[in-house]
Amino acid sequence: MMTRTLTIDIIIRAIDGIKRPDLDRWIENQWVRPDAAPTGYVFTEIDLARVRLIHELVHEFQVNEDTMPIVLGLLDQIYDLRRRLHQLGDAIGQTASPDIRAEMIARLTGGEAA
Amino acid sequence: MPNPYETLGVARDASADDIRRAYRKLAKIHHPDLNPGNAAAEAKFKDIAAAHALLSDPEQRGRFDRGEIDAEGHEAAPRRPGYREYAETATGQRYSAGSAGGETGGWDPEDLESIFGSMFTEANRPRNQGPARGADARYSLTTSFLDAVNGATTRLTLPDGSTLDVKIPPATDDGHILRLRGKGNPGRNGGPAGDALIAITVAPHQYFTRDGQDIRLDLPITLQEAVLGGPIEVPTPGGAVRMRVPPHSDNGTILRLRGRGVPGRGTTPAGDLYATLRVTIGTPDEALETFLRSWKPATAANPRQAMETNP
Repeated sequence: MMTRTLTIDIIIRAIDGIKRPDLDRWIENQWVRPDAAPTGYVFTEIDLARVRLIHELVHEFQVNEDTMPIVLGLLDQIYDLRRRLHQLGDAIGQTASPDIRAEMIARLTGGEAA
Repeated sequence: MPNPYETLGVARDASADDIRRAYRKLAKIHHPDLNPGNAAAEAKFKDIAAAHALLSDPEQRGRFDRGEIDAEGHEAAPRRPGYREYAETATGQRYSAGSAGGETGGWDPEDLESIFGSMFTEANRPRNQGPARGADARYSLTTSFLDAVNGATTRLTLPDGSTLDVKIPPATDDGHILRLRGKGNPGRNGGPAGDALIAITVAPHQYFTRDGQDIRLDLPITLQEAVLGGPIEVPTPGGAVRMRVPPHSDNGTILRLRGRGVPGRGTTPAGDLYATLRVTIGTPDEALETFLRSWKPATAANPRQAMETNP
């Protein structure tokens, strides 16, 4: 994914209906963690996507701000797990013989070994 | 795309609020960022979002209701890359759980083991990598009281039919575990064999009991031996020993044979044997009866006196 430098103004413009004080508070709560630069916050693409998600959670799904840390905490754990599973899959892909990979796939999907 | 009213589960005349509520309720469940890896949820969410986009716009809704457009006629704008697309890649490490104020990353070996258990505990063993010591083998062996006190060599038959000569050292306690080096399971790739660990159970003896290094024994004696004293033979674990019963010994008198208990070992000295005299009358003959009938003790003794004052 392309990397570009995103300022807080770009974030505000990119998301419909988001208000600056809300975003400031989310940063203060460390729900969003942009890098700090002398010129102000610098956001990455994942920060933007996360701000958009939090905005959706608040406005579409009415997750209130007391509950937000729980939601984000669980979400972060799920993505940690999924990244690790990807790593595990890569490690297996790089080390296991084709026979073993085929047998693992068959076992995990409940099918017959090839 | 299916009928947007059915997708959202609302009536044809549902209000804008009803539609919004229905959308929120379904979107909460099927949002792709909240359901990573669940393709069904993602497809469902697309339908829900498209249905909502169509029905939440009064003009579009009106055209759909009048049949001017079908459900396909209105495609929701293609979804921007969601949070999921970033979070699943290495980029997502930025928001790794607990990493606020400093990125943590990678695999914690403990976590690896807790998630993938058997796979990595097995893999971490030095299997096939070099010599490995064999596992210890555990056995139990019951030995006689005298063999445990005096020491003995016993042949243990193993489950596989082979035998193992076990040297029980003198003064072995009940519950002691003997370690026979190199008599356990064979090592791998030239590694040393494990040890055999043998738990010793000492069977009780008919007469002797063990009390640490000392041995206790109830020793029957005759009335004559008790009253008059005299030489008797006392059995000990090391063989019979002659000793004198002092005259006027009573039932319950304890005699000590120094050094005749459990043999000494290392810095532990040999114990003693304590013989408690048990006066045994046996079957009285006529002479004894005759004597006792005419016997008038010089001092009348009442052995139950203490019981009377203290019932």
